[in-house]
This record gives sequence, structure tokens and C-alpha cells, in this order.
Amino acid sequence: MLHLSAVRRQEPLGWGSCLVFFAALALAFSVSGLLLAMQDKPALDALWLLVHSAFGSGYALEDCLIKAIPIFLCSLGVGLTFRLQIWNIGAEGQFALGAVGATWAALTFPTWPWYALLPTMLLCASLTGSLWGVIPALLRLKLRANEIIVTLMLNYVGILILEYLVYGIWKDPGSFGFPMTSEFVPAAVVARIAGTRLNWGLVICLVIGVLMTVFLRSTRLGYELRACGENVRAARYARMPYAKLVVLVMAVSGALAGWAGFLEASATLGRLQPSIMSGYGYTAIVVAWLANLNPLIIAVASFLLAGLRVGMETLQLDLQIPAAFGAIMEGLILLSVLAGGFFSRYRLHLRRAA
Amino acid sequence: MRKCLPLFLLTFLALGSTCFAEDMKVGFVYVSPVGDAGYSYAHDQGRLAVEAMDGVTTSFVESVAEGQDSERVIMNMARKGYDAIFATSYGYMDPMLKVAKDFPKVKFLHCSGYKNAENMANYFGRIYQARYLTGMTAGAMTKSNVLGYVAAFPIPEVIRGINAFTLGAQAVNPDVQVRVVWTKTWYDPATEKEAAKSLLDVGCDVIAQHQDSPGPQEAAQERGAYSVGYNTDMAAFAPKSHLTSAIWNWGPFYTEMVQQIKDGTWKSDFYWYGLDKGIVDISPFGEMVPADVQKTVTDKKAEIASGAYQVFTGPIKDQAGVEKVAAGAVMPDADLLGFNWFVQGVVGTLE
Repeated sequence: MLHLSAVRRQEPLGWGSCLVFFAALALAFSVSGLLLAMQDKPALDALWLLVHSAFGSGYALEDCLIKAIPIFLCSLGVGLTFRLQIWNIGAEGQFALGAVGATWAALTFPTWPWYALLPTMLLCASLTGSLWGVIPALLRLKLRANEIIVTLMLNYVGILILEYLVYGIWKDPGSFGFPMTSEFVPAAVVARIAGTRLNWGLVICLVIGVLMTVFLRSTRLGYELRACGENVRAARYARMPYAKLVVLVMAVSGALAGWAGFLEASATLGRLQPSIMSGYGYTAIVVAWLANLNPLIIAVASFLLAGLRVGMETLQLDLQIPAAFGAIMEGLILLSVLAGGFFSRYRLHLRRAA
Repeated sequence: MRKCLPLFLLTFLALGSTCFAEDMKVGFVYVSPVGDAGYSYAHDQGRLAVEAMDGVTTSFVESVAEGQDSERVIMNMARKGYDAIFATSYGYMDPMLKVAKDFPKVKFLHCSGYKNAENMANYFGRIYQARYLTGMTAGAMTKSNVLGYVAAFPIPEVIRGINAFTLGAQAVNPDVQVRVVWTKTWYDPATEKEAAKSLLDVGCDVIAQHQDSPGPQEAAQERGAYSVGYNTDMAAFAPKSHLTSAIWNWGPFYTEMVQQIKDGTWKSDFYWYGLDKGIVDISPFGEMVPADVQKTVTDKKAEIASGAYQVFTGPIKDQAGVEKVAAGAVMPDADLLGFNWFVQGVVGTLE
């Protein structure tokens, strides 16, 4: 009789894991195609249209990059905390607080020139965002409160604070009662890169992505972070500053989500309104896992996921495929890629039972 | 690459055959799925009426978040050569205005906002007129004189509806009060049902709603109370409790707009039609509504439709009892659009 068993790989799979990734992607696409065919939609055309409308033109690439910016920033942050095995589910609330902080600066100093105002907005977004990250970190360290619960709950609090402000004291008197602040002055809007529809937030993303990679690979603190994430007890025994790291990663994670909130409010909406909340904080968690917490792959994964969502809109428009199909496909991809991760870590062993 | 080529050609053939260059293309942007049996469903029924016109093809994108996503969706429609684009949620206003500036030849129509441009009109329906009529029905049917109202967000559109409903109820039953609960959702069946239950718990015996789900209807039926629906005829969800619904009927307006654009006679404007054009209406009464109540309401409907009666005619007092509209005066549209206070008889806050 044949006996199948899984054996943990001793060596990392290397390029093989790339193969696994693409196999998983192919599987997800095949199942999606099958689902489309079952609804009498042209499956191959649809999948091609999806890819083409997401990445097939200059416009489309621009759209994807714009959409990827907030996902990337949030995901980079939560990915960092996950490395330390701190489960920050709170990017959504940190994003909201960041937007609130930036908006406060924009509304309070409308006469400042852009070179003073934008950095102030960025700073305020970092402060408020990281505050929302540090609270659960301290509660965990001092009171052993579970950070998953605390960050999740703080999301609701953060969003309610945002709503309280835009429905109340920040509401634009000229908005006919709609919940939105008045439009930001031009100095408070992050400019577009000349000749494109992209804003300078993209450059922030590139810089912070590189810095993060360098930090994790080449600094002592980065090394300690990775060590603590592998084994907290051993790391503590080696006198690594676990508590300090927890606070640090939560502060950085919150600040990054806060930046995303700042960029959305400033560059995309030009004001604060409740519809700024579109779930990037939760998408970020998915992206971080898809990317195996690696900053560079997070960048790629954010871009691809943004592409999937942008492409789905065209699929709806041209082939009238329901929006829910996008969510199904996203789920299929996540599921198969994460399941594929199993093959990167384990080797299937087939042997004849004795 | 060689393998891709047939696929390429196939795609272009498929795309080419679905849209003849001669046809006028009309796109719709919805905030929720069209299957919600509510707000977006009602708009999509209007789209189907446009689709049935000669020489017009339509398509839509559903579940589009307000803000960044909507700007991209609207822009992509414009890029793809759509001649007219309808965006049906207030958060699409600024994004649509931005796109309208970049595509001067495309006609843009935004629902429920207040900003215009040369090539961007906005439109809405005076659903508050239908709400007034449903309020009359509820006011006549209540035993406890406490009506419940499950409401989405404290924005003028919703506040206007609550006020009209209350005035309608008071017109037939001066002792009535309307209790308001905010859900801060448009479509969340569970939350909205729970909100309705909380109103039933404090003694409300008719539940009205400004929500896109039938959750409140179900709650009312389970407790043996009455209910008033919104968006579409919600009788099917709660046949035993459903008195009537304030409903949208976008078909006539959408076909009129598209015909004008086709003929080249369309002008950017602020369109705000009501019972007069049949854009809003009430659905058939449930059989528990007595004939005399039905007659009173139907008579009033004719009066409003003909313009003989205006819903917001003074005297109207606010919650504190201060007279906001003098006797005989009619609130101007600008004040209605920015409604940010409750009339006397509403129990609840604007937060």
C-alpha cells in the first residue's frame, strides 16, 4: 500500500517557490474561468480582458499604481508587525487617524506655503497614526491585552472619531449638510508628477520601501526584529529589546497607515469625508500574507491586487460580470497561493508502507 | 507571443461585435450591487428602460466605492467612448466633476448632489412627496401613536424624508411622534433589522425606513407591527405588515434625458422632478389599509402631483418649538436641499 506523507524541507525551495506561486495563480485563474464558463460568459476572453485592462495600457498602469499606493503603505506596516508575530489588524483605524491628523493640519494652517504645510500634514498623520498603533502595543506589554482584539476594536473607534469630526465641527458650511470638510487649499494637496496622473506619494512609497528593506536586512535592530519574530524566548534570553521592538513596529506600522490616510485625503479626495474609508487596512493584511511579509514582494502584490480590482471594473462594464465575482476571484487567488505555500515548506513523500 | 495572437484577435472581434459604433453608449455607476432590491436596483430598472430604446446600448458598474474608485470608473467609461454617464450616489459628485472637465464632449449626470458644469447636470427625485403620503398612511394606522424610522445617515436627503414622513403623519394624527435611529449604513440587513427591533421595543407600531435592505420590514412582520418600505415595493418581504412603500421609478426620466442627448437638445440643469412626472410614487396599499385611509392618501397624492399642495408648507416648527416656516409660506428648494433640522414631533438627534 502506498503511503503519502509531508516532510518539512530542510533547505528553502528558492526558485521553486516561484514556480509554486505561478502554479497557484494558474489554478485560481482556471477555477475562475470555469465559474465564468458556467455562467455562459466567454471565459478566455474575460480573463484576457482582465489582464489587459489592468496592465495593458499606460492609463491602466497609472490607475493601478494610484490604487496600489495606500494598499502598499498599509501592507508594509502590518507586514512589519507580523514579522514580530504582533498581529496588528488595526491598519484601518490607523489610516483613519492619519487622515484626521493630516486634515487637522490642512484646516488649521491654510495660509502656509506647501513646503511647510505638506510636511506638517505628513508629521501630524504620522503622530496620530502611530498613536493608534502604540496604544495596543502598550496595552499588550503592560496589561497583556490581546493586540488582535484591541487593534480591531480601535478601528471602530478611529472611524467613529473621523465621522464625528466630518459630521460635526469640520463640516463644510457650503456642503448642503453633506458630511465633508471644505476642500483643502492647493498648498495642502500633494501635487501630481508632471505629465502623469500619479502623485508624489508614489515616490514616498519607493523611498520607504527601500528604507524598510535596508532596515530589515542590514541593521542590528532589523536583525533583532527578525530574531524576536522567530523565537521570543530565545531572543529575550539574548537580551534583545523585545518590548522596545513591539512599540517601535506598532508605531511605524501606524505611521505608515497614517501616511496612506494623508495621501488619500490630500492627493485623491482633496478633503476629508467618510467615504475615504474603503477597507485598505484589511486588504493590507491579505497583501502582506500573499507577499510572505517581504517588503519588495509586498510592493508587487499591492500592484497586482490593485490591478485585479481595476480590471474587474472593466469586466463589469464590457461583459456585465457581477462585482461579486471580483471578490470570489480575489478569495480564490489568496486561498490557492497560501495553500501553495505549503509546498514551499514541505515536500511530499511517497513510499510503500511496510 | 505567437500563441497570444489568436487570443488577441478573438478579443477584439468579441469586443467589436458587442458594440456597434453607431449606437449611443450610456453608462451607469452604482454604489451597491443591483441585486439589493433597493436603491441601485431601482436605478437599474431605469437603465433597462434606456436599454430598450432604439440605437442605445447601456452598461453599468456596481458596488463602486465613493471617492478614488468612482473617479477611475467614470473616467474609464469616458475613455471608452460612452456618450452619457449617470452616477447615482452623492459621493460621486466631486470625482465626476473632475472627469467632466477632462471630457467636455461626454454628458455627465449626477444624482443627489448640488454641483453643475456645462456638461454635467444633476438630478434627483422628490421622494419626500411619496414619504409624506406614506407618513399619512402610517399616522392613520398607528395605535400607539409612536412611529419608528430606521435611517441611514444624517444627511439632508434622509432628514428631508423623515420630516416629510412626520408632517404627513401629523396631518392625519396630530398626536403622533416619530422616533429615529441612525444605522450609519445604507445596506446592512442585520444591523438595520436590529435597529428596527430597538424601535419596536420602545413601543413603535409602524416601522418606516431609509435603508436599502428589507431588514426593517422583516422585523416589523415578526413582531406583528406594520411597516413602510422604501426604494421598491417591499410587500414581498413582509406581506402581513407592509402598508405601502415610497418608491422610485427612474425609467421615464432616464429615457427622457437620453432622448434629449441623442437629439442634441440636452442642457445641463438641476432636475428635481416628483410625483408630477411619476419619478416617485407609492406602491399599492396592503389589504389591511382601510378604504377611507386609502382614499385620503390618494386624494392628497393627486393634490401634490398637480402642484396644488406643497409638502413643506408652513407653519412648520422645529424640535424646540421655534417656528421655522411661517404659516402659508413654502420652503424654497435651496432650504430643502440643505435640510439640517428636524420638525416638531421627531424624537431623535442629528448625530
